[in-house]
Amino acid sequence: MAEKILMKGNEAIAISAIRNGVDGYFGYPITPQSEVMETLMKEKPWETTGMVVLQAESETSSINMIYGGASCGKKVMTSSSSPGVSLMCEGISYMAGAELPCVVVDVMRGGPGLGTIQPSQSDYDMIVKGGGHGDFHNIVIAPASAQDMYDFVDWGFELAFRYRNPVVILSDGIIGQMMEKVELHPAKPRRTAEEILEAAPWAVTGKPAGRPRNIITSLSLDSDIQEVFNQKLARKYAEIEAREVKYTEHLTDDAEYLFVAFGCSSRICEAAVDELRQSGIKAGLLRPVTLYPYPFGRIGELAGQVKSIMSIELNLGQMVTDVRLAAGGKCPVGFYGRQGGNIFTPEEIVEAFRKFNNLK
Amino acid sequence: MKEEIIIAGFGGQGVLSMGKVLAYSAIMQDMEVTWMPSYGPEMRGGTANVSVILSDSKIGSPIVTRYDTAIILNQQSMDKFEKTVKPGGLLLYDPSGITRHPERKDIRIAQINAIEVAASVGNSKVYNMAVLGAFLKIKPVVSMDNVRKGLAKCIPARYSDLISLNEKAINEGHDSVLIINEI
Amino acid sequence: MDIADIKRPENLVYRKPALITDNVMHYCPGCSHGTVHKLIAEVIEEMGIQDSTIGISPVGCSVFAYNYIDIDWEEAAHGRAPALATATKRLCPDKHVFTYQGDGDLASIGTAEIIHACSRGENIVVIFINNGIYGMTGGQMAPTTLIGMKTSTTPYGRDPKLNGFPMVIADMIAHLDGTAYITRQSVHTAAAVRKAKSAIRKAFEYSEKNIGLSFVEIVATCNSGWKMSPVDANAWMVEHMFRKYPIGDIKDVLK
Repeated sequence: MAEKILMKGNEAIAISAIRNGVDGYFGYPITPQSEVMETLMKEKPWETTGMVVLQAESETSSINMIYGGASCGKKVMTSSSSPGVSLMCEGISYMAGAELPCVVVDVMRGGPGLGTIQPSQSDYDMIVKGGGHGDFHNIVIAPASAQDMYDFVDWGFELAFRYRNPVVILSDGIIGQMMEKVELHPAKPRRTAEEILEAAPWAVTGKPAGRPRNIITSLSLDSDIQEVFNQKLARKYAEIEAREVKYTEHLTDDAEYLFVAFGCSSRICEAAVDELRQSGIKAGLLRPVTLYPYPFGRIGELAGQVKSIMSIELNLGQMVTDVRLAAGGKCPVGFYGRQGGNIFTPEEIVEAFRKFNNLK
Repeated sequence: MKEEIIIAGFGGQGVLSMGKVLAYSAIMQDMEVTWMPSYGPEMRGGTANVSVILSDSKIGSPIVTRYDTAIILNQQSMDKFEKTVKPGGLLLYDPSGITRHPERKDIRIAQINAIEVAASVGNSKVYNMAVLGAFLKIKPVVSMDNVRKGLAKCIPARYSDLISLNEKAINEGHDSVLIINEI
Repeated sequence: MDIADIKRPENLVYRKPALITDNVMHYCPGCSHGTVHKLIAEVIEEMGIQDSTIGISPVGCSVFAYNYIDIDWEEAAHGRAPALATATKRLCPDKHVFTYQGDGDLASIGTAEIIHACSRGENIVVIFINNGIYGMTGGQMAPTTLIGMKTSTTPYGRDPKLNGFPMVIADMIAHLDGTAYITRQSVHTAAAVRKAKSAIRKAFEYSEKNIGLSFVEIVATCNSGWKMSPVDANAWMVEHMFRKYPIGDIKDVLK
């Protein structure tokens, strides 16, 4: 039986990285995610698995260290919180352009600017829609528990290497700071040099005689070449959208009303759904687990079944635009959110639901 | 069974670690748990609080505003959390430093003079374990056997000699709780 | 005697280094980059480390360095090459890792990265081309632009009241405990080229010893940006640049 440990989501990220054969972590302190690097430094994985851990001089530097490490075909990751992730967006764009795999964890806090250090989901647009300049997508996965934080590191690297694309684990201050029971699955060793050559033949590993040199770059300068590359990315994104959408549902089979919420909000929403069910209202919840690719199809189906949909988010309404797009006008779409680091309760959600749906 | 608990006091009273021992003990009993601290500037010398949820089944929202039990260790927390106890719930508090005692009649109220207990055990650092012992006397949500296992998980191996001291504080706290209001 | 008689191996007095590719260089005639590329290629070839060398190119004129030297390359974002090099070297400690950066890349947008890589004592080689100007973007002021020097953003000459003072990076980083070997060279004469080459070789050798960062500054010309002929640019460099950036070793922890 797997060992069960009480740990914070942030600690789960660190322990998972060590146990899942991650080669390197490069980061910079910022609340509420500093426990990731603190845990790694305390665990000293360089003495056990050989994993490299380094405190960089800035988030700009950490993401570019990731760029360097990923160029060598290594499993490398960083973590930060909203203001730090803003700084990393340059590097994320370069990595998308150079088709480099990596995992970036964003433990979101309130913004804009320095904002607050309390939980928020206000980086949805930045990470899901943008995350840097240029035509690209991050693969975005949203954990809702400490166990997810543990599991998503390995899943993130799987996706990152399958598609040679940055993966963002879009978390928040609740999931990062909360302690829960985490099952530690059997450990996976770091990849050997031979395994890296096989998994990442594109990597810079030193050019042996007889193979063309490997060059990691996002530069082309020639519009026609760049367009061919952009269209190659488009095909990759189409494949991701066809194959990797993931979501969970709670009581949607007979639902007359639907909530859509991701991450910590989905858990609070689940309690609201249960409360509504107790009062005889057939509510249900869809939690997108992947934010890119987004479960447009399933939400669209449910939009044809329910009387209304509400998007519940810790921001001013960012994901709701995707919910509206998915609903395609088949039913009204509403929004309820809290901002600035404040968190809604299930009761608040129920109240907002009754108001939106004109129910007593 | 589901028990939603808020533990609130000053930073330094061991509020967060008390919650951690309780949560770990529940894991040893194969329960689901969440441990959600307040964090940030308010931790620096000010009040600290942690909400702990223990449940036989999967826990949905880790955010609750009404508690089955409030464990209150200073006046600010009394002002903030007395009203959040569910009717029929429990308010356990340390009377030292409390200027306005709880007044509700619809909840159970109990006192633990944990400073005294800790002093009698001989180490002020086990203050929080005395409080935990008092709570477990009134609500034995986890068995003492599992509390011992939980403690062992929370205390680093190099301090394992402290386990017995903590256990003693839990036992003394267990025996020193004073019921103020029954319903 | 026809051409075939002349092209006999025994008549060979000079050849293109094996590690310089056949790609047509985009550098302006008279530019120092080509010479420095050649030296790096020769050093890698002579040390027999082609299969263990990873180069990191910057943003600037030498962004396409990866087209010219036949090794594996990473192309960094502007100024971030030392960060890439840090992770590359730490994750692949048996490789030779070097960055190739200009003065805008290293001394302006990338100051944090180079200072901290030096401070951490990363076991990498940094080749720093200092020609006192931004070449690729069309001749703007660099941190290393001399006082009075005209550029497209200092059309009346660099004025310290308006633009501050030139930055002497090599001397600055010599104060950092993580640096092992710091030297300033040039490639404007045959003798200078030979010295620059042995400095680059020494830097690569030092990087194998795990004693810290080795830094080779090449004071260079940008005759296009300076709006001079190559010959005049060399003379101007000797007269003005060398006064602010004197040639020679600045630090060597093994001496």
